[in-house]
Amino acid sequence: MEEKTISNSRRCYKQWLWFMVLFMSFSVIYVDAVWPMPQMISSSMARYTLNPREFIFQYSSGSSAQPGCSLLDSAFERYFPLIFTDYRAARPRQHDEWFRFPFTVVVHVERAECEGYPDADSSESYKLSVCSGQAALRAETVWGALRGLESFSQLVYQDDFGEYFVNETKIEDFPRFQFRGILLDTSRHYLPLHAILKTLDAMSYNKFNVFHWHIVDDPSFPYQSSTFPDLSSKGAFHPSTHVYTQIDVKRVIAHARLRGIRVLAEFDSPGHTQSWGKGQPGLLTPCYKGTVPSGTFGPVNPANSSSYQFMTRLFKEVTSVFPDSYVHLGGDEVDFTCWKSNPDVRGFMLKMGFGTDYTKLESYYMENMVNITKGLNKTAIVWQDVFDYHEKIPVDTVLHIWKGSPGQIQQELSSITLAGYRVILAAPWYINHIDYGQDWEKYYTIQPLNFTGTEQQKKLVIGGEVCMWGEYVDATNLSPRLWPRASAAGERLWSDERMTSSVIDAFPRLVDFRCRLLRRGIQAEPLFVGHCRHEYQGI
Amino acid sequence: MQSCQLSVDWQHHSISYEEPTLGDSPYGSLWPLPQKVKISTVVFKLSGASFHIFDAKESSSGASCRLLQNAYRRYDEYIFTSSRKQGQNKSKKALASDMSELQVWITSADSECDSYPSVTSDESYKLSVDSPVAVLKAPKVWGALRGRGHGFYSTHCLYSDEEKSINRTDIHDFPRFAHRGLLLDTSRHFLPIKVILANLEAMAWNKFNVFHWHIVDDPSFPYLSRTFPQLSQHGAYHPYTHVYTPSDVKMIIEFARLRGIRVVPEFDTPGHTQSWGKGQKDLLTPCYSGASPSGSFGPVNPMLNTTYDFMSMFFKEVNTVFPDAYVHLGGDEVDFSCWKSNPDIQKFMEQQGFGMDYSKLESFYIQRLLDIITTTNKGYMIWQEVFDNGVKLKSDTVVHVWMGNKVEEELQKVTEAGFTTILSAPWYLDYISYGQDWQKFYRAEPLSFKGTDAQKKLVIGGEACLWGEYVDATNLTPRLWPRASAVGERLWSDRDVRDLNDAYSRLAKHRCRMVQRGIPAEPLFTGYCAHE
Repeated sequence: MEEKTISNSRRCYKQWLWFMVLFMSFSVIYVDAVWPMPQMISSSMARYTLNPREFIFQYSSGSSAQPGCSLLDSAFERYFPLIFTDYRAARPRQHDEWFRFPFTVVVHVERAECEGYPDADSSESYKLSVCSGQAALRAETVWGALRGLESFSQLVYQDDFGEYFVNETKIEDFPRFQFRGILLDTSRHYLPLHAILKTLDAMSYNKFNVFHWHIVDDPSFPYQSSTFPDLSSKGAFHPSTHVYTQIDVKRVIAHARLRGIRVLAEFDSPGHTQSWGKGQPGLLTPCYKGTVPSGTFGPVNPANSSSYQFMTRLFKEVTSVFPDSYVHLGGDEVDFTCWKSNPDVRGFMLKMGFGTDYTKLESYYMENMVNITKGLNKTAIVWQDVFDYHEKIPVDTVLHIWKGSPGQIQQELSSITLAGYRVILAAPWYINHIDYGQDWEKYYTIQPLNFTGTEQQKKLVIGGEVCMWGEYVDATNLSPRLWPRASAAGERLWSDERMTSSVIDAFPRLVDFRCRLLRRGIQAEPLFVGHCRHEYQGI
Repeated sequence: MQSCQLSVDWQHHSISYEEPTLGDSPYGSLWPLPQKVKISTVVFKLSGASFHIFDAKESSSGASCRLLQNAYRRYDEYIFTSSRKQGQNKSKKALASDMSELQVWITSADSECDSYPSVTSDESYKLSVDSPVAVLKAPKVWGALRGRGHGFYSTHCLYSDEEKSINRTDIHDFPRFAHRGLLLDTSRHFLPIKVILANLEAMAWNKFNVFHWHIVDDPSFPYLSRTFPQLSQHGAYHPYTHVYTPSDVKMIIEFARLRGIRVVPEFDTPGHTQSWGKGQKDLLTPCYSGASPSGSFGPVNPMLNTTYDFMSMFFKEVNTVFPDAYVHLGGDEVDFSCWKSNPDIQKFMEQQGFGMDYSKLESFYIQRLLDIITTTNKGYMIWQEVFDNGVKLKSDTVVHVWMGNKVEEELQKVTEAGFTTILSAPWYLDYISYGQDWQKFYRAEPLSFKGTDAQKKLVIGGEACLWGEYVDATNLTPRLWPRASAVGERLWSDRDVRDLNDAYSRLAKHRCRMVQRGIPAEPLFTGYCAHE
């Protein structure tokens, strides 16, 4: 991406006052407006008035994406009302309409994957230049273009009289981490579809790119499987109102795709599967009290080959429904007491030569699961527990760190990356744990790469994830609990750490950004005392 | 990765998602629990088509009582909206017989239909549900409001969601405490009218009867005063979009009255008044840095006569705008450093013979303020510091205990001195923590301090406070409900109603009912509501 391709840029350069963003947090409010902070941003005091009636998005002539690129066409439709928040009635003008001096956002994409899905190696970098009465956005991929459109929309601001402005600005941007996720838990409480879609909207404003859908767990099984419909008809809180149908799932995936967000499905086993047992008799281990079954059940029964046959069929469905090339297998918090109580399981242990080491049994189960997903051409992501038991797992498996003190987390990062595995960090961002006061600062100041290891090891940290576990969260309180607290992690995962190390600098930017989220209909809670020009009008 | 590994105290209470019916309460979804309730196993069907709420012939209030007529309509909608939407009721169970009407009988000659509720309002009621007529008897309209809220659509949930049915029930109910309040803070964040009204509605469902409106404070002055419009013109976050106009205030008061809720405004002085200074020059004390004014301001200036002239006029207005017999005068957290820095104040201290004791100056101010209020015939409530500092208080003053340390000692002292008091210390709902903290609020007992029966009687109630540092319209409602409901039951129900399992079961249903009626009350724990 050459600078000279940005039209008229040379003339604008002269006017720009270059300074490092680091030093201008309080200087000019509009410069601070982009959250998360771009890798490089500079701007001048020169500004353009934007008029919604004279504003268009356009593909550059050399762009490989052209009108008809569904992904960007719909992004233009989406961003027009996000940019002109008061201008509800109109849709963006058609590209062929005549204007005297329309402000044009010219979009250039090198590789058009307009119908594709974002994936682990999708480039999200972009360059944006606002200058000479137009904006030029260049990106390698449509995903980068989406990120650039988001940044552009945040550069536009309104004065007290409702006029829209954008300042001359130049941005070169790319994410620090490839994997920037948010986990929602739809098992402990069912989240209606609209709550999930709204979260995806907010994620795109924060440049998150992975929706980790912890779709089932002990309390309920809301995923409606076409292969095993009993799983949800018996395992969901309610078989028709509290389920995700195949159409629902497709809608979520499509909604996410349009925003450059991957949907990573998690079907956690062998633990956390109480709800599975209701619709799939024989899947879970019967627990024993002395010599008789107690009537309760434990984890998936690893001694039965039927368990693996079931899993193969289920994951065959799952991997065809969810297009992402990764699937999350869970593998955390397996309680061995039920396995220990069961004579068949003990017999199996003996046969396999596991002695009394039940971690070996768990390893055996997870190894089978990883092989099943491998057979389906998907890469597995598992919680750290699986690594902790030293299982033989393929080296392309991704480990997901979720527990421990800061010291233990650093240790875990060191040892997992030393073993050559890629890793995602979630432990510091368990955002369901609430606290009085400004706890966003805690999430903001995490240093994901602060552990002992070589450069090579650090590269294996592919990103991080904000987890919103559902014990105390449902549609009534999800949004204000998530935003803007997750935004803090969003900047940590996207932006340069040195440029964004100060919570004092971040505070006023985040205050502005949360008001912007409010304006866009995201129920983001306040950071502290103060107000937004447009307060939330719901209840 | 789940939080099961962390301390989650629900595990100690035999409540789990595996058996949602475990510990199901015999009282269904009744919240707060009535003083006396008898529920029989006989079930009557309520049919939306034929069921009506009537005034009993003998009732002292009739069709002209807007308060009751308005309430009938409201509750009729709550009970039947969902079933009417769903169409015909399917008759699945054989029910004893239909119950076709509820008679509301106000027994005393003066129903108080057109008055405002007060701290002495009689809220007792008797509800007898029998076929074919249910009778709700209450001395005053206020009891009728409480009774309908309860007996009715609480009980029907005992049996079925699809079919509105009700058990034969006898309830005799009255509040344990007369003052059951909720404080909302509209200064740290502005709360749109809609949010306040919605929460008044939720208050009524939880039998709260005082809206303590902490309307102004340091950060902003959203109250639009007719006498001093410049206060909000300069002191509000925005002079048009972030203010409460006289008609807004009127609407809120009437909305509250129709639900039997008092509106007690708080105009906190002499501290917590930064926003007042923007519209009212010379009201606040100029702080000094060395020998010259620093440009910043402290509490209200207690040495100027103009201050008292202003307060006199201002509270004259407040007195006419807010009909309640009480006004809350604040008086908490006065920072002396600015007064100390000001040479004029220093001189004044000397003249008055206060020495270096600035609490005497504070008391001097409060005393004069109280004298002003007394002339307006209003009673006043004050935060505990005013009492602690030994200010001479009228005998009907309500002392508001909020400090977390030595709560019992304070209650003891206040009541020993013969003052009525309300308690907020255990119920600062803005302090959030992970897990089921409603249990903490539920466990708090206002009368656990040492004292005579006469002293205990002086504790007239309590208030849940939701201060606004971290709360605005985006998160207020789910943060408040159902956590405040726990306080609601503590203040209404008998002291012995403390079983956490039983409470959990009822509260989980009560919160689903609130959700269904449009209040986004957050969940207590893992689980679901029929209507999310």
